[in-house]
Amino acid sequence: MDDANPTVTAELPRTPARRISRRRFLLGAGATGVAGLAGAAFLARPWDALAGPASPSHSDAAASAAGPLVLITLYGGNDGLNTVVPYGDSAYHAARPTLGYSPSQVLDIGDGLALNPQLKGFQSLWNAGQLAIVRGVGYPNPSLSHFEAMDIWQTANPVDGSGAGWVGRWLDATGDDPMRAISIGATLPLLLRGDTQSATAITGPRITLPGDPAFQQAFAALQDPGSDRVELSALVAACGSELLEVQKQLDALPSPASVTGGMATPAATSETAAGALSGQLQTVAALINAGAPTKLYQVSLASFDTHADEKTNQERLLAELDQSVTAFLAALGTGSHARNAVVMTYSEFGRRPLENASGGTDHGAAAPLFVVGRTVHGGKFYGEEPSLTALDANGNLRYNTDFRSVYATVLERVIGVDPVSILGGKYPTLGFV
Amino acid sequence: MPDQIRSDIALLYRRAGFGLHADELDQRTGAGYEAAVEEVLAGLGNAPDPAGDAVEVPVFAPYEQPTAAKGSPEALATRKAADRTVDEELVALQLWWLDRMIVTSTPLREKLTLFWHGHFATGAAKVRDAKLMYLQNQLFRTAGAGGFEALTQAVAKDGAMMLWLDTATDKKADPNENFAREMMELFTLGVGNYTQADVVAAAQAFTGWTYNRAEYRYVFRPAQHDYGVKTYLDHTGTFNGEDILSIAVNESVSAHFVVAKLWSHFAYPVSPADPIVDDLVGAYGPSLSVAATLRAIFLHPAFRSPTRRGGLIKQPIEYLAGAARALGLDARLEPQDGAAGAAGPAGPAAAAASATTAGPDGVTLPVLATVLGQAPFNPPNVGGWGQNAYWLDTATAQLRLEAAAALARRADLTQVEVAPASDRLAAVAQLLGIDGWGPTTTAALSPELGHPVKLVALALTAPEYVLA
Repeated sequence: MDDANPTVTAELPRTPARRISRRRFLLGAGATGVAGLAGAAFLARPWDALAGPASPSHSDAAASAAGPLVLITLYGGNDGLNTVVPYGDSAYHAARPTLGYSPSQVLDIGDGLALNPQLKGFQSLWNAGQLAIVRGVGYPNPSLSHFEAMDIWQTANPVDGSGAGWVGRWLDATGDDPMRAISIGATLPLLLRGDTQSATAITGPRITLPGDPAFQQAFAALQDPGSDRVELSALVAACGSELLEVQKQLDALPSPASVTGGMATPAATSETAAGALSGQLQTVAALINAGAPTKLYQVSLASFDTHADEKTNQERLLAELDQSVTAFLAALGTGSHARNAVVMTYSEFGRRPLENASGGTDHGAAAPLFVVGRTVHGGKFYGEEPSLTALDANGNLRYNTDFRSVYATVLERVIGVDPVSILGGKYPTLGFV
Repeated sequence: MPDQIRSDIALLYRRAGFGLHADELDQRTGAGYEAAVEEVLAGLGNAPDPAGDAVEVPVFAPYEQPTAAKGSPEALATRKAADRTVDEELVALQLWWLDRMIVTSTPLREKLTLFWHGHFATGAAKVRDAKLMYLQNQLFRTAGAGGFEALTQAVAKDGAMMLWLDTATDKKADPNENFAREMMELFTLGVGNYTQADVVAAAQAFTGWTYNRAEYRYVFRPAQHDYGVKTYLDHTGTFNGEDILSIAVNESVSAHFVVAKLWSHFAYPVSPADPIVDDLVGAYGPSLSVAATLRAIFLHPAFRSPTRRGGLIKQPIEYLAGAARALGLDARLEPQDGAAGAAGPAGPAAAAASATTAGPDGVTLPVLATVLGQAPFNPPNVGGWGQNAYWLDTATAQLRLEAAAALARRADLTQVEVAPASDRLAAVAQLLGIDGWGPTTTAALSPELGHPVKLVALALTAPEYVLA
């Protein structure tokens, strides 16, 4: 029936996308999202002082810092106590009569602490001095809501998580190059949304659009910021034109960004590969190896909300984390950009020390996080281990390390930007990189 | 004014359904906007939907209690086989619902079912039982427009929900807080309107709630229930789970929370504190009526005001179902039998032809929805999906184009082909059930007027169509 356009018919893809992307919790920043539904007051932002002169351009910053930074968001609230296990503490075994690990099951890393049995690759990285553990990370008056707590982590605003993402604020202050920060997956977390700028979302290392050149040209014209386009209409078009800009930049990378090497290719089925972490990191490795100028990548792994049957579920997820990150490091090339890559995990909260009767744990507070990379000062702990006997009123761990100190460290040492301008205050850096 | 009425009715049917064909729109313009509102509302409750009901419900394998020892090779093999079965059933279930959205004659009921699926967001990835997901979906369909208390009470005892938020494993000794917290934060009150002590009290009240998977029914186990006195949201008593839900949904903050969410999804996003919510809580009233609230939403001047009507982006499921409906395709992207674009919705014959197989290359509406981030029956988490900016980034721009191309190249575009080139843009707008194209889109599409497939693919990605 469409003799008129044999070309487009032939060239349209037979599969919709290389990979399926994992969804996120987060609603967009700003008035267009439903974040306001949470009913949280929109307080004055502590970083309003940022409105001053822009911080150094990212190319200046790139010269002095390590980077790129690869953030791994662990959605659902990872149980820190069964990740970095205080197996030497009798209070741990008292709180975890069925979920607790015995000393013989875990991977000792000293100080009465051990890694979850599924973190074998992380143990090797620890022994090689490439894995640092920051202990007891949190903030005052911790939220037990997944959504508010994740907003807090992603905005670095511990009051209520309102405002732009902390990476978004860096984007707001550094021009408009869409390659600065890249998220793997179809939707963009609040972390990467600023007031005026947001990061790029991609689902693979290259962007191939359907259709013939005329079709693609018409698609490009369709993204024109015409004066008849306002608000959401303008935003739809802006996303399209940014897509085309990113496509151009990806095509122009020094070496082609293709997925090769030792990383497993995820099956392209809707259930199993819905954002398999290994596939997301495979894309990041391809971009880094191709010489992408990107300073920050975001990938994610979900389903850490283990209210029931925790041991099976968390072990499966930690094994995926361990294997994906280990393979990622192995896939990185030898160029300086690849050598300097730093991976950091974070989750919205840890879980309650006292297990529940469902073989799980409820929402908690402070937790450890991992920092991995060849330039990381690893094989060491940063921050104190929280006490299991001096819990807060909800029976949760009290934090010892302010999460903004972790951000200050990576902003200064990895991204290469003045942390004060992004965090709205000075927080001591931690020296893990 | 007729043009304005026509435009308003088109908007109503996009928001309260999956869009209307031009001829369906023409038929309704004379009777006016208010009559159209009553017509969409008449499709709620027990209104018959022969076309939707004719879409064949997948056959579900009966639930089998694992018998082999946990961890044994037999148990592993059984589990693998069961996993395969569940996956196949879920694919069939996704196709069933999308087909239902496409052919339904009660579109608001399907749209409201989608709304409740996002509100009481329950994921098959954890539930792993297609029949339970189906039963929950039917609950939203049958009880979604009545009182919010009855709906919430029923959802709390729904098997999929009880597995999803672990209510089914709640025991007196150390109650699990999962359902108790999310019920308040996401289903009834909103964060900040309850304390951790309320979470603990509610979790105690839900102890003893279990679910018999073999018989698909809720069972109360008195021996596991905590009969003690609880203090909950400033009330004190020996509350059980039903009492807790009743107290929560009848709080005044709950009315604002629920009404704001309804407005946000059918009109444009607002917070519970928005003044527009005050205009609507009266309709919600003491019976917590969802249908009455929907009527008030559709009749509110801001719903179709020129400045606010552009305030919503289509979610992927409604985008895809609406486009397929307009283009005469089913959920497998195959032609609806006997349904030319202009001939109205497909009849039961087309629906009954639904098999559980995918299209020739495996691309189906549920696959496209999953790629775009909205897998039916599998929201990312208990918070459901976001709105507007949540669906706008570089990746969704790319994926929307791919989906649009897949739809356009399978569609019967006779209606566009027969139009002379000068009328083709108008013909595409008619086909897709929107008012028309702005100057920027018109200029961009004009070079492709000679290529109906390309024209329709591009049009489906234009802001005019991407907006709800």
